[in-house]
Amino acid sequence: MKGILAKKLGMTQIFKEGKAIPVTVLKAGPCYVVDKRTPEKNGYAAIVLGFEETKEQRVNKPLLGVFKKNNLKPLKYIKEVRVNPEELDQYEIGQKLGASVFEVGELVDVTGRTKGRGFQGGVKRHGFRGFPDSHGSRYHRAGGSIGSTTFPGRVFKGKTMPGHTGDERVTIQNLEVVEVDAESNLLMVAGAVPGSANSIVFVKQAVKAVV
Amino acid sequence: MEDIKKIEEKFIRKDLPEIWPGDKVVVHYKIFEGNKERIQPFKGDVIAIKGSGAKRTITVRKVSYGVGVERIFPLHSPLIEKIEVERRGKVRRAKLYYMRQRTGKATRIKEKRENA
Repeated sequence: MKGILAKKLGMTQIFKEGKAIPVTVLKAGPCYVVDKRTPEKNGYAAIVLGFEETKEQRVNKPLLGVFKKNNLKPLKYIKEVRVNPEELDQYEIGQKLGASVFEVGELVDVTGRTKGRGFQGGVKRHGFRGFPDSHGSRYHRAGGSIGSTTFPGRVFKGKTMPGHTGDERVTIQNLEVVEVDAESNLLMVAGAVPGSANSIVFVKQAVKAVV
Repeated sequence: MEDIKKIEEKFIRKDLPEIWPGDKVVVHYKIFEGNKERIQPFKGDVIAIKGSGAKRTITVRKVSYGVGVERIFPLHSPLIEKIEVERRGKVRRAKLYYMRQRTGKATRIKEKRENA
């Protein structure tokens, strides 16, 4: 599987064949292969990617040891990407990966953390319809009944209620790669991506892509 | 942010005239009929300008056979052949949505004259 860590820069619009396409611009790299997980040693095959340089004192000591061992600068974000055991040899420790791992037209899945919305009511959080605003109604956006009576005598688990909204891990599937700028590591995908500008997202080959 | 500006820079057209709300413009827009390409002029008053950079759009309003017609053009779209400014309008708002409520003589916009 191909994957890369990226930073969301924001959205804009570009023209392709006369059509305006809304795109999210991602700064995809440079990512470094920090370490490898091998079937012999770890029981599975993966590469460990690191993104964005940081100060030495911001990295914990076990991780710093890994960076030092492999002659890399300390990196802020670390993520394992599972690969086929046969593909493992294509990567070497210290290798630089960038936006060019993807091609124009390819479909990708983008994972990120959505913007936090704080404590929200049922109308916003779960799409409750609410109650009339007027016609003498004095009950507007509160939820209605949350259950039955003596039987079952309790509220079911998972009942939709007000609470903390957003700031959750979300994957958007099948976004098309519209443009790749290998030189400045910019990746443009059609459509929106979770999180605010400057948040970190993980871009990978689409799992459910129809080929 | 800088990177996004650079991307937009590639799409921003520099061949277009300056356009302000209240101007009477003719937008020559390419349309496709089957395989044939044709240019359709749309003449009307600019009643709104929205967006920044490459995302800028203009809303052009005209009254056609007694029916108000508005079209929103992405200003930097490659489908715009050219834009002609016929007349500069003298208006006191950035958005001229009040034009929608007006009919007949009241739909006229005063012309802006230099050094008048």
